[in-house]
Amino acid sequence: MENKIFTTYVIALMLLLVNTIFATEPLYTFASPKQAAQFQHLLYDLRCLVCQNQNLADSNADLAKDLRQEVYNLVQQGHSDQEIYQYLTKRYGDFILFNPPVKAITLLLWLSPGLFLCLGIYMFIRKSRLC
Amino acid sequence: MYNKLYLIPLAVFILLCSFFWRGLSLNPHSLPAVNLNQPLPAFSVPSLTPKLTLDSTREFRGQMSLLNIWGSWCTACSEEHAFLLQLAQRGIKIYGLNEKDSKSTVLNWLQIWGNPYYMLGLDAKGLVAIDLGVYGTPETFLIDAHGIIRYRHIGPLTSEVWKTRFLPLM
Repeated sequence: MENKIFTTYVIALMLLLVNTIFATEPLYTFASPKQAAQFQHLLYDLRCLVCQNQNLADSNADLAKDLRQEVYNLVQQGHSDQEIYQYLTKRYGDFILFNPPVKAITLLLWLSPGLFLCLGIYMFIRKSRLC
Repeated sequence: MYNKLYLIPLAVFILLCSFFWRGLSLNPHSLPAVNLNQPLPAFSVPSLTPKLTLDSTREFRGQMSLLNIWGSWCTACSEEHAFLLQLAQRGIKIYGLNEKDSKSTVLNWLQIWGNPYYMLGLDAKGLVAIDLGVYGTPETFLIDAHGIIRYRHIGPLTSEVWKTRFLPLM
């Protein structure tokens, strides 16, 4: 019984939050739900360069507003995710992406957790052999 | 004798410390300009006198010039304005690109603060700013005689920055 009330509250809350991106914004309409989903997903993947820990969906900065509009235009024109990322990194650099691209220079960044793990396992095995 | 392996965590710690120490003096808001040493992106915007449009493929040729991005809504822009006027008086060619202001606001603002600009383009929607990779007004670009971007400064232009960053490239 309690479970049902709880679930109802959670669902109601989720329904309320679904459209918060558009709450204070111009309402963005799309030709297809696929484009709407693409737009949403892109906004979460792109960093706001002014409020640098926020993505474009959350930030209230002027730059974020402009970039949302720009991404909207690009999505409407039918560009793919890759093309849009390229368009923006060409102008703002890799930092605008929340997932740094895997390039030679970021290889260490991507591999280092794995490397540390291997090092740790190695040391652990050595230590347990000595004891 | 201690196993030398125990030195590894210490070495890693020292390495991390050196990275973090370096990081303390880095400013996360000054990102490297992606378009350094590339030609100015092509744009054409309505402009105030003397010509009717500011066309980036026609202007910015023949001598080094500055492109200053500003807006009347940006308080930091008035900070650098006095210095820009000084530069203009010294003969530096300064192109202006105004963001998001109406023509009357711009004219008003220039009347109050003075006009250092050789030509002033109006980027009413901020689209040219995106092409330039502008994210924090005011920004000032140093353009060489062939229209290539040589340097970008974010924030108000001061004589300190001018001496240390712009002059060596000119």
